Amino acid sequence: MLVPVQERLRQDIEGWIKSNGGDRSSLLPVLQEVQKKYSRISDYAMQVIADLLDIHPVEVHGVVSFYSFLKEAHKGRFEIRLCRTISCDMAGRDRVARQLENELGITFGETTPDGRFSLEWANCVGMCDQGPALLVNEQVFTCVTPEKVHDILAHFKKMMDINVFQQAEEH
Amino acid sequence: MTTMKTITNTLTFSAVDPDAGLKKALTKSRADVIAEMNASGLKGRGGAGFPTSVKWNLAAAAKSDKKVVVCNADEGEPGTFKDRVILADFPDLVLEGMTIAGYAIGAKTGIIYLRGEYSYLRQPLEAAIEKRRAANLLGNDIAGKSGFSFDIVIRMGAGAYVCGEETALIESLEGHRGESRNRPPFPVDTGFMGNPTIVNNVETLAWAACILAKGGDWFNSMGTEQSAGRKLFSVSGDCARPGVYEFPLGVTIQEVLDDVGADDAKAVQVGGASGHCVPAGDFQRTLAFEDMPTGGSMIVFGQDRDMLEVAINFLDFFLEESCGQCTPCREGNEKLLEGALLLQEGRCSMGYLKNLCALGETMQLASKCGLGQSSPNAFLSIVDHFKDEVLGRTAMAPIEG
Repeated sequence: MLVPVQERLRQDIEGWIKSNGGDRSSLLPVLQEVQKKYSRISDYAMQVIADLLDIHPVEVHGVVSFYSFLKEAHKGRFEIRLCRTISCDMAGRDRVARQLENELGITFGETTPDGRFSLEWANCVGMCDQGPALLVNEQVFTCVTPEKVHDILAHFKKMMDINVFQQAEEH
Repeated sequence: MTTMKTITNTLTFSAVDPDAGLKKALTKSRADVIAEMNASGLKGRGGAGFPTSVKWNLAAAAKSDKKVVVCNADEGEPGTFKDRVILADFPDLVLEGMTIAGYAIGAKTGIIYLRGEYSYLRQPLEAAIEKRRAANLLGNDIAGKSGFSFDIVIRMGAGAYVCGEETALIESLEGHRGESRNRPPFPVDTGFMGNPTIVNNVETLAWAACILAKGGDWFNSMGTEQSAGRKLFSVSGDCARPGVYEFPLGVTIQEVLDDVGADDAKAVQVGGASGHCVPAGDFQRTLAFEDMPTGGSMIVFGQDRDMLEVAINFLDFFLEESCGQCTPCREGNEKLLEGALLLQEGRCSMGYLKNLCALGETMQLASKCGLGQSSPNAFLSIVDHFKDEVLGRTAMAPIEG
């Protein structure tokens, strides 16, 4: 039987709330799970979470908007976050930033039209001894040079092409 | 993973017998474990330097059967990466330290609050926890000690620097925005879900395990009178061998610079973005709670670095990371950044600079939490030590008229 995506989302959220303790303190892990599986946290997801935790949806939205790793809008399948903090800055982050923009054809804060990559800044990712550093989703790359930027992007493009990663479900 | 191994010198952590500390602790009474910690003189390694035994003692004295041990692995201070190295290379030591803390204060629950940027450390940590459960070093009747149960879960942060502040961290664990709380009440009596909670830095917990293994006196015999023991420093910036270095507290900045190969330094930022900028003339100052307290971040600036740009980078950081709940921090950082940009353009009068410095001092006094209180430090110390460099710049935009 075909289960509509919204129904599946609701069932998932119910499960995640239960496995994380069932009360308000489960909110952050639940939001992180939603984002991981459904690529973003939609208004609908926030409403469902609010209903199940018996809190106002605005409370949920307040939390989502507070944390820079949680997002409401559609972003790229791969989120690139370049560390902009001082040690990476001194190690040459500006040139890496420029090369990222050149390779992707977007500027920081944007997503490529094909939905593959989005480009963001990060504050200190804790790789200060090996700057410039960047994160692609949960993976970290250090001592990045403008030349390496192309290789990193090519690696992830290839992953998309052979469809190693399933497309996140739309809802 | 496409990273290099972080350079380190010889770390005490690599020479400690696994679980020797926990086994010794379980032969002692809870009060004796805290007494051992007290004898060590260990102070919080996250930077604030609160005596660990005092924190544990307060939580131990609180009456509750739902006490919590939180490991603060939200290492977000710019230039700090020692906790990443500890969590990657010595996860068992941290888990052991948490278990000892749980025993000492009478807690059953441990939570590691791991920053979202370190997601790649989650799986190895989960595996280490699972292994300890299988070895009866977590769970019920730990290591045969009947009645002592303790288990650890990992919770992920989501990219908010302020959550490294302990009350903001607790708010985040409870499913709220990471906004710091008024203190008192302190977490040791009203913490996670209103229960007595200790929040300790990763390194603090690792040292706790070493201290129980080797004795409080062993630890206290190193360092200075007010700053006992050894500490890990995260060194980055303009030096030949950036990495994680262990030194006894009381080491001078110059000694650290010599070891990391920084011959050409004109200044060092001690304590990260929230710390102070120390010019070359002061390199004989010591890294200790009584002189230059630090969470371990040292960023080295070579002769060619523009110190005003450094200040601007830090202010950008604080503007982004301020939670926005109190006015001095939310508005103050914006004004300081505006002022720093005026300086960069060569358009800031001495009178206005004095106003900016006064604003910075107000922020230090009036902000609600450590973020706002410490955010002007870098700007103020850079203006103070590098006046020639920041004033009267003949900058980019031509003066009209």
